[in-house]
Amino acid sequence: MNCLEPSRLARRAFLGSSTAAVGGAALAGLLSRSSAAAVGGTLSAPHHAARANRVIWLTMAGGPSQLETFDPKPKLAEMHGKPMPESLTKGQQLAQLQGQQLNCFGPQHAFKAFGESGIEICELFPHLGSVIDDVCLIRSMTTDAINHDPAHMFMNTGSQIAGRPSMGSWVTYGLGAEADDLPGFVVLTSLGRGGQNQPIAARQWSSGCLPSRYQGVQLRSQGNPVLYLTSPAGVSREAQGRDIATVGELNRIQQQRFADPEIETRIAQYELAFQLQASVPDLMNTSGETAETLALYGCQPGDGSFASNCLLARRLAERGVRFIQLYHKDWDHHGGVKEGVRLKAEEIDRACMALITDLKRLGMFDDTLIVWAGEFGRTPMSQGGSGRDHHNQAMSVWLAGGGIKGGMVHGASDELGYAAIENITTVHDLHATMLHLLGIDHTAFSVKFQGLDVRLSGVEGAKLITPILA
Amino acid sequence: MRSPAVCCLAVTLLGTSVATSAPPHGRVDFNRDVRPILSDNCYFCHGPDAGHREADLRLDIRDDALAGEAFVPGDAKASKLVARILSTDTDEVMPPPASRKKLTDEQKQILERWVAEGAEYAPHWAYRAPVRPETPAGMNPLDALVRKTLEANGLSPSPEADRRTLLRRLSSDLIGLPPTPEEVASFEADTAPGAYERQVERLLKQPQYGERMALGWLDVVRYADTIGYHSDTPRNVWPYRDWVIRSFNENKPFDRFTIEQIAGDLLPDANQETRVGSAFNRLLLSTEEGGAQPKDYESRMLTDRVRAIGAAWLGQTTGCAQCHDHKFDPITMRDFYSLGAFFADIQEPLVGRREEGMLVLSDEQKTRLAELDTRLQTARKAFTAIEPFLDVAQQQWEADFAAYNGVLAELKEGAKPSDADRKAAEQVLAILKKTDRSPAEQASLRTYFRDKVTPLYPAERQELVAATQERAGYEAALPHCLVSVSTPNKRVVRILPRGNWQDESGEVMQPGLPHYLPQPPKSDGPLTRLDLANWLVSRDNPLTARTVMNRLWKQFFGTGLSKTLDDLGAQGEPPTHPELLDWLACEFMDSGWDMQHMVRLIVTSQTYRQVSTASPELLAVDPANRLLARQSTFRIDAELVRDQALAVSGLLVPTIGGPSAKPYQPPGYWENLNFPRREYVADTGPNQYRRGLYTWWQRSFLHPSLLAFDAPSREECAADRNRSNIPQQALVLLNDPTYVEAARAFAGRILQSSASSDGERITWAWQRTLQRRPTDEERNALLELLEFQRGQYRDNPTAADALLKVGQAENPAGIPAPELAAWTHIARVLLNLHETITRS
Repeated sequence: MNCLEPSRLARRAFLGSSTAAVGGAALAGLLSRSSAAAVGGTLSAPHHAARANRVIWLTMAGGPSQLETFDPKPKLAEMHGKPMPESLTKGQQLAQLQGQQLNCFGPQHAFKAFGESGIEICELFPHLGSVIDDVCLIRSMTTDAINHDPAHMFMNTGSQIAGRPSMGSWVTYGLGAEADDLPGFVVLTSLGRGGQNQPIAARQWSSGCLPSRYQGVQLRSQGNPVLYLTSPAGVSREAQGRDIATVGELNRIQQQRFADPEIETRIAQYELAFQLQASVPDLMNTSGETAETLALYGCQPGDGSFASNCLLARRLAERGVRFIQLYHKDWDHHGGVKEGVRLKAEEIDRACMALITDLKRLGMFDDTLIVWAGEFGRTPMSQGGSGRDHHNQAMSVWLAGGGIKGGMVHGASDELGYAAIENITTVHDLHATMLHLLGIDHTAFSVKFQGLDVRLSGVEGAKLITPILA
Repeated sequence: MRSPAVCCLAVTLLGTSVATSAPPHGRVDFNRDVRPILSDNCYFCHGPDAGHREADLRLDIRDDALAGEAFVPGDAKASKLVARILSTDTDEVMPPPASRKKLTDEQKQILERWVAEGAEYAPHWAYRAPVRPETPAGMNPLDALVRKTLEANGLSPSPEADRRTLLRRLSSDLIGLPPTPEEVASFEADTAPGAYERQVERLLKQPQYGERMALGWLDVVRYADTIGYHSDTPRNVWPYRDWVIRSFNENKPFDRFTIEQIAGDLLPDANQETRVGSAFNRLLLSTEEGGAQPKDYESRMLTDRVRAIGAAWLGQTTGCAQCHDHKFDPITMRDFYSLGAFFADIQEPLVGRREEGMLVLSDEQKTRLAELDTRLQTARKAFTAIEPFLDVAQQQWEADFAAYNGVLAELKEGAKPSDADRKAAEQVLAILKKTDRSPAEQASLRTYFRDKVTPLYPAERQELVAATQERAGYEAALPHCLVSVSTPNKRVVRILPRGNWQDESGEVMQPGLPHYLPQPPKSDGPLTRLDLANWLVSRDNPLTARTVMNRLWKQFFGTGLSKTLDDLGAQGEPPTHPELLDWLACEFMDSGWDMQHMVRLIVTSQTYRQVSTASPELLAVDPANRLLARQSTFRIDAELVRDQALAVSGLLVPTIGGPSAKPYQPPGYWENLNFPRREYVADTGPNQYRRGLYTWWQRSFLHPSLLAFDAPSREECAADRNRSNIPQQALVLLNDPTYVEAARAFAGRILQSSASSDGERITWAWQRTLQRRPTDEERNALLELLEFQRGQYRDNPTAADALLKVGQAENPAGIPAPELAAWTHIARVLLNLHETITRS
């Protein structure tokens, strides 16, 4: 795969046009070095054969309702407006509905069977339905937290306490990155049009107690795609290159004097920074994509949409980025869940299908794991007559791609969609399974932190979700 | 003679992580050699946590281990423990393969030898009172103790560094700023005895000393400007930051420093200053998220506080005991929740917005406020005097209104009142028609009459309004600080089974201290935060002084004596120099917790003054410099990277304290913040050029330049910082407007200096940055760059203009733009050098 080609080409082009004129030996050296600072992983070899080489994690921030997306509940429709059976709800933690009268709230959209597998999902997602035979739906996911911020933390780090590494950092820490001129863990965010854009803290992609080079780097659709990426006004690429080359030359003199490996690293990091200044804009520039591809995703270059981010995710995957996490916000439907989910479906349905289709076309679907998940689900009870509260007893997530059995449903919630009852799965199970697909044994993948062997999958009890493995 | 010893040592050291490992001969030491193996490999199932104990066997207590027939002291062959660890049968071998733990051959040998030597236990080193070791007279005890270990390892100390390096190191460690070339020259010229000590005293007296010392403390107490969770909105705590700086500058004894933070509100002599210190109890994370359950956050806040005490004072990772007894240390759930119960009296909302906090006033502000109070009281008095007359007038008005079918002004035909005014008037009309009026109705009628109807006594009434408004306006602009306020309505603290806040079946806990540590004398009544504070800094507490000294050591050597700064427990690293850590702890306590005394002792030691360079042999033996046969080299902390660029460029505004500052930040960096959405507005004027520690600390989106250099978000207590070396650091130093502007300003200084030729100017700039002369090779590299950049900007003067517009600082007059721009590149390269951001 020639996934590094565009930036290598750019480098060569620059070399050709400027070194002769500049005549700086150091600059030529700077430009000819490659993979000087590619991030290495700590696992010398995978624990077992990997089924996936990278992850694209689609975080639906705000907590999508399983009842208007992937978990059909005719019984709940029947019970609409009636009191929720107390046997289900007693003693459970709720968010805004705590202590209120709890009434059933029927699904707000119809469901429909799709594909050969005949899996029923909400009819607002016909494009996803068209590829449902590639998708594995889990209807029995549960989580521990019930407020956005701690729930995201739990989904990303397996802990509700700040300071633990996020899953993208874990994966990059273990496996390193294939790209030598891009970070190994990249984050993109997009806003929904419904106005329920819950905040997301940068700690969600922090490397926590792992070294900082494993932290997620946010690519932004507005302004500088990477913070401080652009050279200052009035500084050409050539002038920037000369400065960096001189810094490197002077550092090298120090290095000869003191033989400090940190100086060697510093030199390499300046070179990587210079490469990033070219490779990231090249990556972000989707204007070279065919009209057909843009139409497939339903986006325009630079529109900052979720669909654009899906296209960027594919480009990142092609370039060897290990963990790509997209956040699409605006799923927090305490009110107006009917219209809210309709908007969200418009924003994501085609793009999800396009990502799967495009990866297949490129032959990358089979070794790319795609995960679609919110931070929690929503109540089958009404909130304020038109919405649903946060809920952690049942939620739906889906997976597709490397090592995942398509066209299947795993687990089930009860007939009202209140609690997972069959093949109950946890966030730790999901993490363990993801690591397994990447060739990592989650029980053997730990780091010492505050005296503990910290694992992404928690201290005890995480189990692989084996029925979904191809 | 040195090389053979070094080689021999290398073999010993390779197998272990701790530099001072068990010598191949001599007795096995339980604390140093055995406990780390047992703790890491065995205690998870055979340790303090009764809820997770296998085979009813406990190995952390000797009697229990004997009762479980784990070993026969003195007879390794007859001991089950030895048989099991040596077994090759996967069903038999310990630790079991499923645990993912595996003993190395060396570890197996150590355990075997330990049993053969009698399987003696020793109390965990950190829970024993530190004992001051004997040290020879006439020598800095630190040096004596470091040399003892060096000699035992066949090493000798390195020579003293040159004066330029010493002053750069001292300035970085004590005030966080580089010295000027003049300061270095004056130190180099000072040949009288005591020259070094004079530099130490000079630096300790500077107010920047408090700023430098505050950095580590602000991390460990997780000081930040925002609440942390979800909306991550602002709160008022910056006076606490200034209190920390002031405390270090006044050399407040560390015991008092501790007490004011934990119980400054409960002291018999509590005052504004001690109450500001007690803001420590309010620094935790809180939420304003809708749907957040008070019980949930009550539990989060309790556990947050216990972890903070553990991290900042005790060097204990208490967090595990939230859900179960600690698996490695003797901390039980009872200990955890009874420690949390000390804070049950703190008045605060469990969820939702924090209050404004206590007014924090300077003397002038106090005087001014008193003046305003006097004015207000006078106005109130005057008003009280006229009230009877107003009441009479009101009665008359009401009577007339009834008699003549009066109409209120707002309700007259043609009147165009606001909706609110009309509504109010309608209510008044209704009241007027009633004969039986409630007190509230009487009050609103009175207000209406006085505000809207009567023209009597305008001066008195206006003065009251003006005085009230002036005072309120003045007060609103004064600094406030969240502080501890004790309420008698304490929260009930229960043990939460498995940490579950919905489970209310757990036992109610009273404030209490960890059972495995020395207890305070019995007192009447329940223990308070003041008792906790006093206990933390009592002479009997074995942990606090060691924890604080271990962290201090890191500031001056790059690594703690135990490198696990937040964990002196069983899973932490035993100190490389246990006697030295004990000596420091004892001296710290015996000196009356005199922080400056300890700093002085460390920096005046020969150990501190060594060169940081190492021979290849020494580097091979002790790459991480744990034996201290030299000084260490490390990249300076995030805030200091900024400070240095500002100082060298001449932009630094050295004001101490005040509200947090907002340096330039990339637009849109806060795009993921919400409730409310916020626009970051960078400061203009002097506040743009403040030291890094004053940067607005937004927990969920810490300023990206600080973040790139490993400043922690302060969502959790951070005893230690990473020292990473990542490409983002290059991008920050190259492209962040702060550093571009600094380069531009520095270029102006260079061109305005007395140096006249290009070469002299480069030398001048080099000395400003690094306090040494460049070599010819170094100077030539910059001269070559200068020529290139000059050529560029000569060809493209608009580019020069663009570069010179970055930031807010004025460019010096009379310098052609291409020339200033070209020199900006020279300055920029200097600010980007590895040596510039390195302390060695």
